[in-house]
Amino acid sequence: MTNLADLPALSAEEIKRYSRHLIMPEMGMDGQRRLKAGSVLCIGAGGLGSPAAMYLAAAGVGRIGVVDFDVVDYSNLQRQIIHGTKDVGRSKLASAKDRLVDINPHIQVDTYEEALSSENALRLFEPYDVILDGTDNFPTRYLTNDACVLLGKPNAYGSIFRFEGQASVFATKGGPCYRCLYPEPPPPGLVPSCAEGGVLGVLPGVIGVIQATESIKLLTGIGEPLVGRFLIYDALRMKFRELKLKRDPECPVCGDHPTVTKLIDYDEFCGIRPDVTAEAAAIASASQWEITSVELKKRMDAGDTLLIVDVREPNEYQINRIAGSVLIPLGEIPRRYQELPRDVGLIMQCKMGSRSQKALDFLRTVGFSDMKNLKGGILDWIDKVDPSQPKY
Amino acid sequence: MAINVLIPTPLRPFTDKLDTVEVSGATAGEALAALVAKYDGLKRHLYSEEGKLRSFVNIYVNDEDIRYAQKEQTPIKDGDSISIIPSVAGGAW
Repeated sequence: MTNLADLPALSAEEIKRYSRHLIMPEMGMDGQRRLKAGSVLCIGAGGLGSPAAMYLAAAGVGRIGVVDFDVVDYSNLQRQIIHGTKDVGRSKLASAKDRLVDINPHIQVDTYEEALSSENALRLFEPYDVILDGTDNFPTRYLTNDACVLLGKPNAYGSIFRFEGQASVFATKGGPCYRCLYPEPPPPGLVPSCAEGGVLGVLPGVIGVIQATESIKLLTGIGEPLVGRFLIYDALRMKFRELKLKRDPECPVCGDHPTVTKLIDYDEFCGIRPDVTAEAAAIASASQWEITSVELKKRMDAGDTLLIVDVREPNEYQINRIAGSVLIPLGEIPRRYQELPRDVGLIMQCKMGSRSQKALDFLRTVGFSDMKNLKGGILDWIDKVDPSQPKY
Repeated sequence: MAINVLIPTPLRPFTDKLDTVEVSGATAGEALAALVAKYDGLKRHLYSEEGKLRSFVNIYVNDEDIRYAQKEQTPIKDGDSISIIPSVAGGAW
């Protein structure tokens, strides 16, 4: 930690602005000057990055970096509170920077309009004291973790799903890292995708602010950091639980004998790029089981006997549906497949085609054979056949 | 012995939406076996095809990771709770 004598001074304006910090002995002038000298890099200006960056700016963290390459969309506004309705269509970085500088003109905001990669991560992280992981996918999570361990920078980690959030601080000296907790990512397809998931808008607010709190504690050295502890928050039950985390001496990155000593190909590590032949075979076998919206409409118009099985959740079925379809959510298929007729062609359908593919794969294992998966799901059906229905 | 297994949000579609399931068993492994016997759909999410617990699903007895205790042989007693903690990537979206 920087020597007190080397910390920047606060101007009269800053002293006025931070007075509620300054009167607390734990923070005081020294703590506030440490915040001013400190820097946090937010990976992502989305659900977690939005509230985190706003509070860090308000608190007076001297330099805030934001990495993102996305554009603000209407569907972001339910939780990404750094952006406003007027920002829809703008780059998230431009929108975030405007908001942060408006909250606090005394800080420096640096934006990086690029996807975080093994090529740029070390360079981007290098100037910052704390890295705040607000990403939305496994390859970037493992990349962020490994880069933090390699550079010796703490990672204020947060993750969310529906009504549940997780937070911890990884990669501090002697503390565990994300790989100690989860050595390997799940294979693609086993974990529900974002389209199936959804998230309560206020949830990333709670988790993002926990990440900001931990960043402020790391920069000022006050309190007891969330190291070696994994915090789980359940918004529906309004419960916080804490689990113990240990540094794994066998960890490939932060263990006693690390085998990962530089950044790797994280898409490959997470199984995103399977070998080309397997992929081609999978595509060939999938196409035999596929039907397009237009083909389905033709078969329906021709009076073919078929049953459309919608495997989405009831609340999604309320938004839009194909007339005549029956609803059996994916999770209930293993228990309820006997309700389905075996003498009628089945059309499996969901929002975009991925859940219905899983349902079809399952039904094949229990002997169904006359089935097709509706390619592109109901969204494609609305685009090509029935534009009168709303999309979500 | 009554043990509560806390089901995380991503796996609740496979437990009739229940967030807690009561099972019995003398070890963490027995309790999980009883759980998947009750809810068949959970099996492939917790176990690999070879019947091993998946590496991206962590199991805790109370607040201790069973990997650092006696793994599936970790003993449990009445009133303990088991948490299933899968890795979750969401954040920006």
